[in-house]
Amino acid sequence: MSLSLKTPSAATLSAIKAIVFVLCLLPAANLALGWRADALGANPIETITRASGEWTLRLLLITLAVTPLRRLTGLHWLLRLRRMLGLFAFAYAAAHFAIYLWLDQFFDWRAIALDILDRPFITVGFAAFVLLIPLAATSNSLAIRRLGGRRWQSLHRSVYGIAILAVVHFWWLVKADVLEPAIYALILAGLLGVRAWWRELERRRQLSVPPPAKHLQRPVIRIVPK
Amino acid sequence: MLIHRPADVLPSEITPRSLFERRREFLARSGAGLIAGAALWHGLPADARAAAKLQTTPSPLSTTEPLTEHKAVTTYNNFYEFGTDKSDPARNAGRMAVRPWTVAVEGLVGKPRRFDIDNLLKLAPLEERIYRMRCVEGWSMVIPWVGFPLAALLKEVEPLGSAKYVEFLTHYDPEIMMRRPVLDWPYGEGLRLDEALHPLTILAVGLYGEVLPNQNGAPVRLVVPWKYGFKSAKSIVTIRLTEQQPATAWNKAAPQEYGFYSNVNPEVSHPRWSQATERRIGELRKRPTLMFNGYAEQVAGLYQGMDLKKFY
Ligand code: HEM
Repeated sequence: MSLSLKTPSAATLSAIKAIVFVLCLLPAANLALGWRADALGANPIETITRASGEWTLRLLLITLAVTPLRRLTGLHWLLRLRRMLGLFAFAYAAAHFAIYLWLDQFFDWRAIALDILDRPFITVGFAAFVLLIPLAATSNSLAIRRLGGRRWQSLHRSVYGIAILAVVHFWWLVKADVLEPAIYALILAGLLGVRAWWRELERRRQLSVPPPAKHLQRPVIRIVPK
Repeated sequence: MLIHRPADVLPSEITPRSLFERRREFLARSGAGLIAGAALWHGLPADARAAAKLQTTPSPLSTTEPLTEHKAVTTYNNFYEFGTDKSDPARNAGRMAVRPWTVAVEGLVGKPRRFDIDNLLKLAPLEERIYRMRCVEGWSMVIPWVGFPLAALLKEVEPLGSAKYVEFLTHYDPEIMMRRPVLDWPYGEGLRLDEALHPLTILAVGLYGEVLPNQNGAPVRLVVPWKYGFKSAKSIVTIRLTEQQPATAWNKAAPQEYGFYSNVNPEVSHPRWSQATERRIGELRKRPTLMFNGYAEQVAGLYQGMDLKKFY
């Protein structure tokens, strides 16, 4: 195994991936064991609904943190973890939704439909989940190849909007104490803000650099509107 | 909706059949109470006292439904002064000293008085009142409270003819409680005078035959079983009779969500929760919520002719 953190060997990277995989499973395992041991408090359904929701949000934010972290640390292999983190976010979202459908509502479709239509916090949570589906479905190499990098990327940019919906979902469901959702909102604002800032820097750079001589021109992804 | 003829309470719930059925259990419990009794009450350290038995008589107003486990009743609480997670109060409320404690009864009364808690406990015979408790969040419990009718206290102070409402103010000590202004501390609640005088409305000083744990609102709290739980103010220090409708904590925080009346009503949904169903703690599947939490037969008359969608 290579000890270099900057350029880990394939074996090290596999080990890191395995560890992250197990870490991502821990909250679910914890809840499953707690359920079996009846150790989730007086209202276990509420406990698992909330815990699965919170882990969805955390994993979404962790996924969004990959790019800034990579840029700040220069650890480019972090990118190799992103797909797994994103898919885990989706898995927790699916579990959260399934718990709601099954344990919370017991497949009372009328009540579920009314909830989605009438309760703003459910409406945005549902929107966030539905929007995650195409992202999860295209989180594989085949889909990237089929769509082409550009289209794939613009599709996956919707994750920013999804994360905002997720925070709004949390904000709207608390009764009075917005401290927790406010903390998540702040973290999300940081993750989106740093991207906007870097984009702005890149825009300025592109504007200040004179276009290269004709024969040196290669296709560049311009982010400055022509 | 307009109130016509409430029909969703079984007569069995208000006849003394419940009393009859529970008699043996009651005898055993009050027998133990007599032995443990009043002698233990004084001069015990606070934690030992917390488990002290109270001597009670059963009430025909009790329900015969199975009780929610003691552990759930005492570890799953909304008492925001001690934290907004429902497991927080059980952890943090122990910091509150519940002796000495006085309750001031003032405002539009002939004889304003300040009751010492130990005198308050002797004001009227303590009854066991097994009530359904429905939280606005969509869960419910069945809790064996110990207490006495609020009317017994109000009679002592002789409300004036001008008194229309009763305001309840609760203990607030920023040294040991939440400092962030999540709600407008101290927590205030209110009832119309006729609601306050209703025989179902009690001041509770215990549960499960024992002195009220701090997290449940020790040493004295309100219990109004046909209203959402937050109306039943905990750890009361002031009871004030007023002519104007008092401001209430949750109504101030979100007026379009929590009205002054806040009667349990499956037909008027909260923006965040349908109120049509509820989960009884300890059960998996939801059950339908009953009008006035199943107390329609006793209380619907209080709201005759009122549009309960408007006065939610
Ligand atoms: C990406 C999608 C979603 C995310 C990130 C998310 C996140 C969350 C979070 C953070 C919480 C609060 C946890 C807490 O109180 O500590 C929560 C609670 C909840 N969510 Fe979601 N959620 C999502 C989708 C959904 C969907 C699709 C539904 C149902 C249609 C839903 C229904 C609920 C319910 C019922 C609660 C509990 C409310 C309560 O206990 O009062 N969520 N969710």
